Amino acid sequence: MDASVHHKTSTLAKGDTLLAVDNVSLAFGGVKAITDVSFDIKKGEIRAIIGPNGAGKTSMLNVINGFYHPQQGRITFKGETRQKMRPYVAASQGIARTFQNVALFKGMTTLDNIMAGRSLKMNSNLFWQLWRHGPAMREEVEHRRVVEEIIDFLEIQAIRKTPVGKLPYGLQKRVELGRALAMEPELLLLDEPMAGMNLEEKEDMSRFIVDVNTQYGTTIALIEHDIGVVMDLSDRVVVLEYGRKIADGTPDHVKNDQTVIDAYLGVPH
Amino acid sequence: MHALYMVLIDPFVQMVSAPDLFVQTIWEGLVAGVLYALIALGFVLIFKASGVFNFAQGMMVVFAGLTLIAFQDMGLPAIAALAASLAVMYLLALSIERVVLRPLVNQPDIILFMATFGITYILIGFGEMIFGGEPREVNTKAFFLPQGSFEIPILGGFVQIQKIDVAAAVIAALMIAALGFFFQKTRIGRALRAVADSHKAALSVGISLNQIWVIVWFAAGIVALVAGIMWGARSNVSFALQVVALKALPVLILGGFTSIPGAIIGGLIIGVGEKLGEFYWGPLMGGGIESWLAYFIALGFLLFRPQGLFGDKIIERI
Amino acid sequence: MFYREAGQFKTTYPSDMAIFPIAQDRIGIGIILAMAFIFIPLFASDFIMSSVMIPFLVFSLAAIGLNILTGYTGLISLGTGAFMGVGAYACYKLMTIFPGVNIIVWIVTAGFFSAAVGILFGIPSLRIKGFYLAVATLAAQFFLQWCFVRIPWLYNYNASGAIEVGTRTLFGIPIVGPNATPEARYYVLLCIVVVLTWIASNLVHGRIGRSWMAVRDMDIAAELMGIKLLDTKLLAFAVSSFYAGVAGACMMFLWYGGGEASDAFNINQSFLILFMVIIGGLGSLIGSFFGAAFISILPTILKFGLPAIGVPLSGATAEHLIHITVGGLIIFFLIVEPHGLARLWQIGKQKLRMWPFPY
Repeated sequence: MDASVHHKTSTLAKGDTLLAVDNVSLAFGGVKAITDVSFDIKKGEIRAIIGPNGAGKTSMLNVINGFYHPQQGRITFKGETRQKMRPYVAASQGIARTFQNVALFKGMTTLDNIMAGRSLKMNSNLFWQLWRHGPAMREEVEHRRVVEEIIDFLEIQAIRKTPVGKLPYGLQKRVELGRALAMEPELLLLDEPMAGMNLEEKEDMSRFIVDVNTQYGTTIALIEHDIGVVMDLSDRVVVLEYGRKIADGTPDHVKNDQTVIDAYLGVPH
Repeated sequence: MHALYMVLIDPFVQMVSAPDLFVQTIWEGLVAGVLYALIALGFVLIFKASGVFNFAQGMMVVFAGLTLIAFQDMGLPAIAALAASLAVMYLLALSIERVVLRPLVNQPDIILFMATFGITYILIGFGEMIFGGEPREVNTKAFFLPQGSFEIPILGGFVQIQKIDVAAAVIAALMIAALGFFFQKTRIGRALRAVADSHKAALSVGISLNQIWVIVWFAAGIVALVAGIMWGARSNVSFALQVVALKALPVLILGGFTSIPGAIIGGLIIGVGEKLGEFYWGPLMGGGIESWLAYFIALGFLLFRPQGLFGDKIIERI
Repeated sequence: MFYREAGQFKTTYPSDMAIFPIAQDRIGIGIILAMAFIFIPLFASDFIMSSVMIPFLVFSLAAIGLNILTGYTGLISLGTGAFMGVGAYACYKLMTIFPGVNIIVWIVTAGFFSAAVGILFGIPSLRIKGFYLAVATLAAQFFLQWCFVRIPWLYNYNASGAIEVGTRTLFGIPIVGPNATPEARYYVLLCIVVVLTWIASNLVHGRIGRSWMAVRDMDIAAELMGIKLLDTKLLAFAVSSFYAGVAGACMMFLWYGGGEASDAFNINQSFLILFMVIIGGLGSLIGSFFGAAFISILPTILKFGLPAIGVPLSGATAEHLIHITVGGLIIFFLIVEPHGLARLWQIGKQKLRMWPFPY
């Protein structure tokens, strides 16, 4: 992908705060999913969110991209603060994501899935769509070119026209990453991108994540259970347990934190 | 201004000025509601236990009713006719399980839903071929069902009540109690609820899906037979009932697809709402609004409570 | 052997994105069009024209409409019949009020009225999903059917309550009304169907089709990617109802030639079109044609074909047999191939591609 394709709209420099989560609490009825969590994500970094099952990691991502609305707290993205927003708005501001259980469009081909990721950037009107000529066709070709670059980058040329429902799990995860990349996000949320993969697939996926981060400067927030991967990839780590933040810092710092060790290994109460 | 008065105020003035008429309308609504509820109950049973949205339930009511009448025509005494009809409903359940459900196990819900359309069509064709297309009446005397009516003085007027309606309500109540007991207290009931939650999980703990399906479709067949008798006793059984049976759908929406009490209360609400609407507001629109009012009542409810009256709030997860 | 893409290299994106990328497909579609435009009118009898071809085309159009909604966007509708009715009545009113304008203009314009009504009844689809939505469309079906009977203005206060169709011409040739020949009606209908099918194919292959399918396959993910759910669903309702409306107008004016319309657009019509879409294949345009052919021609074959080969069949028995056969086939197809005739067609093409080798 050349630079012109992955142009950046924001004026933030590397290291500025891209996203700040302030005192966010989320509850479903009486069940508290997230309690008073604050952290930030700096532009250009890979930020990991870890924690035992049920710690509220996925809920946190859902809050960040507007799918859940927190009862308390604020989210500041690119300097704009909001409490409630539709997922559509989050997407148009440059937040893309992948899902824990692959959420691809199963009946569509790889190509169509990734093209669907370009939806926000396509705007030829209904009239031209009816005839599939003029602006509609030009737009289609232009975005096809971008999508083909993503396909090359992820090395999935051979499955371009295969319906994704027929693909093995590892490839589906890769297509899903491609679909998120097609949105040219400023912040990419990855929910367990390596869950259920074998070692080789994990290595591939890690390579793609690092490449996306270094080549295009995309900021990445990552949930992952494989601690080895987390420690290798991420710049900073947030640790959640029972919906609360128990640690935040560099991988080395977090690794030696007693509360984190207790949370993972369990302590006799 | 006048139009607003006619729509917003006048109907209520009428209700207050003739309270006996108002009560009579409500009673008729409740009676219609019991019948809707009976059909909806069949839906709920099948949906609860197999996740199948059984479009054929209305047709099963017609089919059951006509079968019973045909057996009576053949000169069988009432009890024998009833037993024979039950046997037919059991065979129906068995063949539906064999021919339709078993090959379609683990298909998406929509596919199973469509398959029940197929069942409906076969039942229509088959039924009309055997029983003919004319509306038929159930011989009420043979089943010791009361006939005639009595009047209750109320609020300075009279409310007329058909005895058969009272009987229908009592029988419906008994049946619901029996079903509730069956679901909550018996081993099969527990298996049914397990299957409803997850086919695969139920299979993995050794519950026979095929057996459960036959049982539940048979149970729905029994409910259909009772509904058919009640309906046939009030007016008559004909294939036109199929369209009326569609009204079970708004009932289900109100009550939720899996709740037995929901089906009952939903049925009553729809029945009463429909009759009140038709009686007090219908004339303003030229009448006949009964044909669609139920759907609009349900739609209105849905917009505020998409999960139905008794459903839990849906938390979308991803 | 003869049907394969080997050797047909695509050097530009537009040629790779063409709707028929394989040359043999393009030849095939050419042959079908030639058949439809030249051979069928030349050789088919009036009976075949008016009892087989015209119903087939009308139902194809309606099935494409419903397929856009149910097959492509995943929204079940049980109100297609009523939306067809809106088209028929809108066309009737328009041609009565503006008798000077050509009827074809009004047939197409009627679709927009139907689309507007469709949008109205599609609004609940944002909050309501699956079976719940099916019930919402039943509300449309019964309400509109009620309107067709209770609002005499719609049928110009005719005492019979029926739509009465006078003769209308195109270039001096009667195309609507008692004097129109089956050929003339067939040609008008065929042109409408070809153009609308082409447009439908353009829509589903582009951005709009992708967002429809995205909403169908995983609505939450689609929303998180910036696809507006309400807009997408309403557009599907609008386009779908437009097709249904045009189909309804065609049905009334090019096929029935008037009549008791409220009955023609009842709930059974809605079911019938749903069956066509399912048997043909959800999410497939060609499947809509297969399904329409299957369901609209089957009754004719049973009714006229069996007596012709010596099987005595009364009208009523034929009706019952049709019901049983249609019901049985629905179940049969769901079991063997839940994806409908269109999938069988694809498998056939795949086999042909490999032929004479099995793999």
